[in-house]
Amino acid sequence: MSSAPIAPVTVSDAPLKAPRETAAGKAKKRLTSPWASLFAVVLAVLWTLPTFGLLVSSFRPQRDIRTSGWWTFFSDPQMTLDNYRSVLGTDQAGGLGDYFINSFIITIPSVLIPVTLAALAAYAFAWIRFPGKNILFVAVFALQIVPIQVTLIPLLTLYVDGGIAGTFWPIWLSHSIFALPLAVFILHNFMKEVPATLLEAARIDGAGHVAIFFRVLLPLLRPALAAFGIFQFLWVWNDLLVALTFAGGGNAVAPVTVALANLAGTRGNAWHLLSAGAFVSIVVPVLVFLSSQRYFVRGLLAGSVKG
Amino acid sequence: MSINSVGPRWRAALAGTVGVGLVLGLAACGDGGGDDSGEDTPSAAAIDCAQFSSFGDLKGKTVSIYTGIITPEDKPQIDSYKPFEQCTGVTVKYEGDKAFETQVLVRAKAGNPPDLAYVPQPGLLAQLVATGKAVEAPKSVSDNVDKFFGKDWKAYGTVNDKFYAAPLGANVKSLVWYSPSEFKENNYKVPTTLDELKTLSDTIAAKDKKPWCAGIASGEATGWPITDWMEDFMLRLSGPEKYDQWVKHQIPFNGPDSSAALDAVGGYLKNDKYVNGGYGDVKSIATTTFQDGGLPIVDGGCSLHRQANFYAANWDKDTKVAEDGDVFAFYLPGKDASSKPVLGGGEFVVSFANRPEVQAFQTYLSTDTWANAKAKLSQGWVSANKGLDVNNLSSPIDKLSAGILQDPKAVFRFDGSDQMPAAVGSNAFWKQTTSWITGQDTKTTVDNIEKAWPK
Repeated sequence: MSSAPIAPVTVSDAPLKAPRETAAGKAKKRLTSPWASLFAVVLAVLWTLPTFGLLVSSFRPQRDIRTSGWWTFFSDPQMTLDNYRSVLGTDQAGGLGDYFINSFIITIPSVLIPVTLAALAAYAFAWIRFPGKNILFVAVFALQIVPIQVTLIPLLTLYVDGGIAGTFWPIWLSHSIFALPLAVFILHNFMKEVPATLLEAARIDGAGHVAIFFRVLLPLLRPALAAFGIFQFLWVWNDLLVALTFAGGGNAVAPVTVALANLAGTRGNAWHLLSAGAFVSIVVPVLVFLSSQRYFVRGLLAGSVKG
Repeated sequence: MSINSVGPRWRAALAGTVGVGLVLGLAACGDGGGDDSGEDTPSAAAIDCAQFSSFGDLKGKTVSIYTGIITPEDKPQIDSYKPFEQCTGVTVKYEGDKAFETQVLVRAKAGNPPDLAYVPQPGLLAQLVATGKAVEAPKSVSDNVDKFFGKDWKAYGTVNDKFYAAPLGANVKSLVWYSPSEFKENNYKVPTTLDELKTLSDTIAAKDKKPWCAGIASGEATGWPITDWMEDFMLRLSGPEKYDQWVKHQIPFNGPDSSAALDAVGGYLKNDKYVNGGYGDVKSIATTTFQDGGLPIVDGGCSLHRQANFYAANWDKDTKVAEDGDVFAFYLPGKDASSKPVLGGGEFVVSFANRPEVQAFQTYLSTDTWANAKAKLSQGWVSANKGLDVNNLSSPIDKLSAGILQDPKAVFRFDGSDQMPAAVGSNAFWKQTTSWITGQDTKTTVDNIEKAWPK
């Protein structure tokens, strides 16, 4: 993994008139152009526009939402908080409030369990020699191919037989199961990139596997763990399929996405509430993403370029 | 490596997450508390508890219900169980889920079915029975159904000659929404035959107004309102016997009766002079959601909209739904004034457990006692239960619907697409009729649906 694509930078050509550009400078020049910037801006606007429309819609009165598009808001601004009031359940039964707690109860273990297990497994795959290691590693990653839809009924049958259906356990376990292959793979790649000399030095200092893992690798892995954690958090928070299938214990364990799916009512006649409901539910992922955006980007890059 | 700078940020992020969680969690707790204390349950009348004594002591037992009936119709449902709960000490656990129709099958197959499920389609009932998890209805329920429901209703809850599911609620689809005030101003009369309906449409069209409006967009179920139109006309033009044969595929879907019915629908929905009032041309029917389909009646964009009684929930809160109000509905007339075919739908209570408390509750749901208790609590709900006193219904449209269902001359038929195999009833039928409204001819449409029928 030592073939990082860094162009050889030669500084010895002293008699050059202009200072030679660094690789970064070259990359910068090549990647930035007014056209590219314009393209990026246009793309960003196009991408954000529907979400913005949704935001505007969520403040419009029911009749306006049904009869005209959100852009008419600017010629005829009518604002109301009624949608949010209904969604948060202050004027009728079944607000999103209770489901929020469920979403947190579901999401936090569903992130911690796979991250913990995957970090340990990745360490073993990366730095411990044992027979059948490569085959096992390929097997773990190959599990990524299995579509989760085909596992739903067999898994639910297992949970029912195990007597845990209707609790949070099926949801936690399912999310962990579905996340593990990718988590192991990603963390393994991060671990592999840590220079072997670092580990050797630690070993010479008398560190065993446990000490190496906790005191050498774990601090180095933080960006990777954070990146994967955020990734998994967003995935679990926004998941509907797993929750629908495994939260079969009623409203006691259903997350906010399930509540949102039911918000429009039996025959979909309350769909004007959906925009407000959507915004209430994305508050958390947006906050998580914004507050930890740096790790997200760094984590994504950390695998490709050695820092 | 800039690990040092990572630490505090990571902690901050974590703290942020947890903090947000706490705040929202607390807010949610606050809401929950407020709801509980502020809840004012309409007290359901006390009922005769003796009818449940034969089921033994049920105190502390739980019955779980799984259904697609969700907000806002779920609250009157839950409230209507209170008399039973007070009588027996049983707790009824209600779970509403919009994805009910797919999830109930998953749960039945995985061995995790609820005690009772409210199934809205005879086709789905047959699928559930096929999983082997559904149990037959007890005798007490069967007797109640004989007493309070018509034979046709009992037949829809019967699979392979075994009676599984008693009817719960019902809806009437043979209705045309209109504006009573517009009718009064222009001296229009509510039509009593199909010919009169056509004449009325022509009269309105002659005034340079498009009489009909319609909308069929409904997510993945786009097209279903046309299937109702077609079933209504099949029932009217070819009669109930032919209709039954058509639904069971004893006569082909591309036969003369079926084509005639679809052409008759086309006489309205594909007639540029008739549609689509308030929205545009014929094709706009496909892009208008079914919820919005009839709304132009209020603004005068159109005059007539054929849709079931449950459409009542789509009007704005300040629209008065009554015979002398802003909107109301009339019965979609038969071929002549003497025949009264009614197209409708409903839910059936299928059981997956035969514990005494489940059977007791199933029995309660099949009584007139429950139907009347429910009628007092809800808006936009009717039942085909003959013991239902129409005066217990509060909204005029519910009274109208119940009146139509209880009319001794009425010939009730269940929504055909709900009984057809899923490949047709909830796939080809919807998709082909959607193509039909956007230009495909009748012959291609019925041929394609016929081809989709499982062999």
